[in-house]
Amino acid sequence: MIRTFAALFLALIAVPAAAQLRIDITSGSQAAMPVAIPAFPTGAPVATPAGNTAELGRQVADIISNNLSGTGLFRPLPAGAFAAPTMNQVNAPPFGSFRTAAAQALVTGFVTANPDGTLTIGCTLYDVFSEEKLAAQGFTVTPAGWRRAAHKCSDIVYSRLTGESGYFDSRIVYVAESGPRTKRVKRLAVMDQDGANHRFLTSGASLVLMPRFSPVNETLSYMSFQNDRPRMWIYNMGTGQQQPVGDFDSMSFAGRFSPDGRTLVFSVTRAGNSDIHAYDVASRTTRRLTSGNSIDTSPSFSPDGRAIVFESDRGGSQQLYVMNADGSGAQRISFGEGRAGSPVWSPRGDLIAFTRIQGGKFRIAVIRPDGSGERLLTDSWQDEGPSWSPNGRVILFSRTERNGRSSLRSIDLTGRNDRRIPTPLEASDPAWGPLLR
Amino acid sequence: MTKALPLLLVAGSLLLAGCGKTRDVLPPEAWQPAPAQAGTGAIDQAGTVPPPEPVRSTTLAGSQAALVEAAGSDTILFPFDSYGLDEKARQTLGAQAEWLGRNPEVRVSIEGHADERGTREYNLALGERRANAAKNFLAAQGVGTERMSIISYGAERPAVDGSNEEAWALNRRAVTLVVSGR
Repeated sequence: MIRTFAALFLALIAVPAAAQLRIDITSGSQAAMPVAIPAFPTGAPVATPAGNTAELGRQVADIISNNLSGTGLFRPLPAGAFAAPTMNQVNAPPFGSFRTAAAQALVTGFVTANPDGTLTIGCTLYDVFSEEKLAAQGFTVTPAGWRRAAHKCSDIVYSRLTGESGYFDSRIVYVAESGPRTKRVKRLAVMDQDGANHRFLTSGASLVLMPRFSPVNETLSYMSFQNDRPRMWIYNMGTGQQQPVGDFDSMSFAGRFSPDGRTLVFSVTRAGNSDIHAYDVASRTTRRLTSGNSIDTSPSFSPDGRAIVFESDRGGSQQLYVMNADGSGAQRISFGEGRAGSPVWSPRGDLIAFTRIQGGKFRIAVIRPDGSGERLLTDSWQDEGPSWSPNGRVILFSRTERNGRSSLRSIDLTGRNDRRIPTPLEASDPAWGPLLR
Repeated sequence: MTKALPLLLVAGSLLLAGCGKTRDVLPPEAWQPAPAQAGTGAIDQAGTVPPPEPVRSTTLAGSQAALVEAAGSDTILFPFDSYGLDEKARQTLGAQAEWLGRNPEVRVSIEGHADERGTREYNLALGERRANAAKNFLAAQGVGTERMSIISYGAERPAVDGSNEEAWALNRRAVTLVVSGR
């Protein structure tokens, strides 16, 4: 299976570029592609609950610029470098001015208000030199959901120019932190991938940790200390309903869903010993997958659901292991100096991200599922808790500075684009959700 | 008798309200500067106020303070990434066990904690191990396991705020907390 993934990975990067305009996202050495993203035109501006359509056209362009520049692969040109196309020019833009501005790609489109109150946002990608239309797609959205159209347009551009699926139309769940460290208040919060539409989900009355999205529906798993019973909960974001998972008289924690959303794996402690358990969401039954006196925790499924990576100190120190989904055949995959924890399997299957603890530092690293090719991506005082973007190209994590301040950051697989994700409060334990439907 | 009491209270408050009313009838006094004293130096004084009656805190039997007083501490510390009990921890737990033996009605919760230099999941598991190590030692000294519960906070509730060896040493701990008693 590991070989299959490796072959798939090689096949993907070996595909000859279909268009001349293409970004190789694996090298990390390529200069960012200059791209023009002028304000999306509208006809006569129409007032909508989200603002008038001309203003929305500017904001759509801003969102796409922000998304693309954040990848480190694109360099949106300043708006003054060219004239924005008018509504009539969207299908035949004046390429000369974009060539003069040295843009290689042009992202344009339109915003129109429909009689039924919805908005249609068009999105077109051009190769400025060949004048070829590389992609075109329209999105009809409610006024409240207009940002999603900008994210979907960003996904189209990213996908067409890199050959990878996009990840901008997605959300992040995390733990918002406030107060002194000895009495930290922690709240579940969810927001769009770019920080917009931020919402708190819990009040902070109970300590909460490690929220994770179900890959298939609007639910989260998380750990809560509610009523001094530290255990796993499931949160339905649509209804606001929360339910404890299973009925253990001891601590349960570190949950993650299987790729089909039917199983939740997590640790349960008994008499000081932590073992990995699998909870069937439908039947509400639990199976124990590991045993022994070691700390076995932080389980994460492979994308085909057949294997689980986890951490264990069974060999004397905290290291990574891969086992079959039924708990059999555990094999250690991390070696070398230091400790390794909090592994999470990439949705592409090719890599496992984890926290490498070495020489007094906590750093985000990746390793192949067979234990080869370990690579450090970050270098800081305490980076931990990686979570993959839906396309397996970017990793979210939390960084704690030496002064105790914590924030969310992302790093791409080249290790060259270390960015801060803005949050209203201090933040930790991020988890990236699947692409929205 | 019990029925009469509320009536008495009502009557009493009416009485008080009446007094208040009488005072209210008087017009508010306009503020006037005190008349200058003609060089006598006399101070107008009618009485003294005794010092407040003393109140001394006393340790209640079966309380957290009593545990700390008797055992020296409610907290034991651990080396890095370890849940082993050193000599000092054993002494403290031994004294806690003796006190628990003398206070059989007391139930305790043992909280296990880790320092910040570990991953979130590992720290929770390590805190659990530390709390369990303390519980096992107390049990071996004769404290009934039904009187003890454990909870791990991982690195979530440090005793001391700080990112240095001293703070971490104080945060790697298990704390015995009295949750019920007399």
